[in-house]
Amino acid sequence: MEELGLLMQGFSVALQPENMMLMMVGIILGVLIGVLPGLGGANGIAILLPLTFAMSPVSAVIMLSCIYWGALFGGAITSILFNIPGEPWSVATTFDGYPMAQQGRAGEALTAAFTSSFVGAFVAVVMITFVAPIVAQFALRFGPPEFFAVMFLSFAAFVGMGRGSPVKTLMAMMLGFLLAAVGMDAMTGQLRMTFGQTEMIRGFDFLVAVIGLFGISEILSSIEDGLRFKGHKAKIDMKVVLRTWLELPRHWAIGIRSALVGCWMGITPAGATPASFMSYGIARRMSKHGKDFGKGRVEGVIAPETAAHAAGTSALLPMLTLGVPGSPTAAVLLGGLIMWGLQPGPMLFVEQKDFVWGLIASMYLGNIAGLLIVLVAVPWFAAILRVPFSIIAAIILVVCAIGAFTVNNAEFDIVLMLIFGIIGYVLKKLEYPLAPLVLALVLGDRTEEAFRQSLLVSEGDLTVFFHGWLSGSIMAAGIALLAWPLLTAIWPRRARPAAA
Amino acid sequence: MPHMLSRRTLAMGLGGLAVAALGRGAAAQRSWEPNRPVQFIVPAGTGGGADQMARVIQGIVSKHSLMRQPMVVVNKAGGAGAEGFLEAKGARGNPHLLVITLSNIFTTPMATGVPFSWRDLTPISMMALDEFILWVNAQSPWQTTAEFIAAAKASRLRMGGTGSKQEDQIITAAITRATGAQFNYVPFRGGGEVAVQLVGRHIDSTVNNPIEAVTHWRSGALRPLCVFDSQRLSGTEKMTETMAWRDIPTAKESGLDVEYLMLRGIMGAPGITPAQVAFYVDLLGKVRETPEWRELMAQGAFNTTTMTGDAFRAWLEREETRHRTLMQEAGFLAGQS
Repeated sequence: MEELGLLMQGFSVALQPENMMLMMVGIILGVLIGVLPGLGGANGIAILLPLTFAMSPVSAVIMLSCIYWGALFGGAITSILFNIPGEPWSVATTFDGYPMAQQGRAGEALTAAFTSSFVGAFVAVVMITFVAPIVAQFALRFGPPEFFAVMFLSFAAFVGMGRGSPVKTLMAMMLGFLLAAVGMDAMTGQLRMTFGQTEMIRGFDFLVAVIGLFGISEILSSIEDGLRFKGHKAKIDMKVVLRTWLELPRHWAIGIRSALVGCWMGITPAGATPASFMSYGIARRMSKHGKDFGKGRVEGVIAPETAAHAAGTSALLPMLTLGVPGSPTAAVLLGGLIMWGLQPGPMLFVEQKDFVWGLIASMYLGNIAGLLIVLVAVPWFAAILRVPFSIIAAIILVVCAIGAFTVNNAEFDIVLMLIFGIIGYVLKKLEYPLAPLVLALVLGDRTEEAFRQSLLVSEGDLTVFFHGWLSGSIMAAGIALLAWPLLTAIWPRRARPAAA
Repeated sequence: MPHMLSRRTLAMGLGGLAVAALGRGAAAQRSWEPNRPVQFIVPAGTGGGADQMARVIQGIVSKHSLMRQPMVVVNKAGGAGAEGFLEAKGARGNPHLLVITLSNIFTTPMATGVPFSWRDLTPISMMALDEFILWVNAQSPWQTTAEFIAAAKASRLRMGGTGSKQEDQIITAAITRATGAQFNYVPFRGGGEVAVQLVGRHIDSTVNNPIEAVTHWRSGALRPLCVFDSQRLSGTEKMTETMAWRDIPTAKESGLDVEYLMLRGIMGAPGITPAQVAFYVDLLGKVRETPEWRELMAQGAFNTTTMTGDAFRAWLEREETRHRTLMQEAGFLAGQS
């Protein structure tokens, strides 16, 4: 096979001592960047990009992509330990990861998160290695109606997420859409709902809102409970990693499904964040223990993490083959390619074989190295929870504030974060689910854009979403998922009399 | 055509500025240089053309040690760049702040009514002008601009572009005005996305910048019809088997009287001193001499016109008026509908 030969050649590039060292540096930096909320992979890479001018393109891209892997790994850490998502795609990880930490199973949750991340990335890299050209062609089929269909499917997979009343779920989702609409309307170039305030022009950044809604409101709740941290003390013990590993193969089906969802979302390119939400929603739907999701099921950590990492990795494929970034981080890397004198796009695979296969080989090695590094650190991460919460709460608050500031370098965002913290606290008290709000806030913009672009293309014809076989079948799947709760409500009613 | 600034004229310009500074008796200002890190604001998102250029400049400055203090690139993309421009406008007298400008310095305030203009900033240097090319899918039947326009007149075609009421839509409106052909303009987030939508035939045409579509041209997926400049592009190296940048006809040659170039320039905060301006003019001049910069210019088939001082101001003045006319004709001005 031609690919294997090229891959081996790639490994010989990636395994040069200099490149191996850059890989390690990249992973460690990436984990740190991922841990800090707000400073995400995209910012981290953007800051370090100019440093790579002096390196060869292969070395530079290896280091920067390793930062990316590291950030993907690191995002899970604060989500699980403190309910603060370090990255947008780890929001879904908090739903079950944080309850697990509260039950004293932080080590287990972290191990599951890191391992699933690795599995997701590995599946995606194998796919990139062998089917890159075919898959890249598939991405070309995605026009606005297909994008909208994918977004619709994400929402459909997620409806009924909250255990509360459907009305409250719907209201939270609508609030999310409302918040997402603030700022510039990309379709008409007009400012919406800014009320003439300069600070509102930016709109509400998803990360700032999430840091407030999850992180700050959690601190407020803990203060109410007298600053006691609800979790038991975590033991510093490497054995927890091995014990979790013995457990994980049982969830192979979720792993495969989530990896596929992730790869697909990465290529299309919808990105890692919707992938993680969609995968979590589907896992909850498919599971026999769906009702226990959100109370600390390990599947609730595996599903979003596998999908996020698979999507994050496969997002590099449309960037390399088409020049379309599948994620903000990929967008910065894309800028990097151009600066190193490489032209991303269909010709890259033909003209720059060394670069492309060196990068792919480094994806294998980088992820293996990353997994080892973070797993070794699991007990130490988990041990952070042993620090008295009254001390850690103050540190979290400061880190959150720094994170909120870094997103846009704006002081106003810190105020916003605090406001969102209070909103989050109140909503929790009133038992409104936060997840649908966050989902609508993160996907609202893109969904609206895709919807309106479709209507522009079709000159107002709503059936455009069912014209193509691709958008039509995705929409059909979405509608089926939406109808699922109705179906399951009818099903047992019919089955019960027979059983009784 | 604006004159190309040679090294000598640049030196003369600098000399003139230095003399002017001396003339004001501000001896202390003669050799100003930054004593804090310089914040370089990009009023657009990460990964776009302006962002790439800013980061290349940052990289060149640090690689060749052109400045003692570091340069820090910050993206302030909110409100089609209004956020970045407002911050620069508010930083009166701060010499440690630069902003890279694109056409949104004209279009954003006109379309949204957010109060700022280039007059609120201190123009430092025009780095280059970005070209626009009319692209269609290689499988489409249109071989020439005339065929394309005839088809667009027969039935509305879909034109994809970056953003709303910005350069791509302005060009589309100008084509409509010049020929009467109607388009369904569909705005997308970035130039790369637009190019791929055209490759996938979800839209019929685009006016992508060269750098956004070049790879698809080379792979045989797209076909350039004309370039919206008064003269042909300079690249003579064959990009496909049969064509070089130079072989693309201008719009005017093809019977389409539309011209548009996008500013890639650098400005400073309002109220900075001539000595401070002179420092940055000199710095950016050095940046343009580096091989990395030339490489970027060649890759993106940029129009390498540069300007500083009064010439740059006069150019900005002309372009502002032209944008106002173009946008008014298209009905894009704030409050117009």
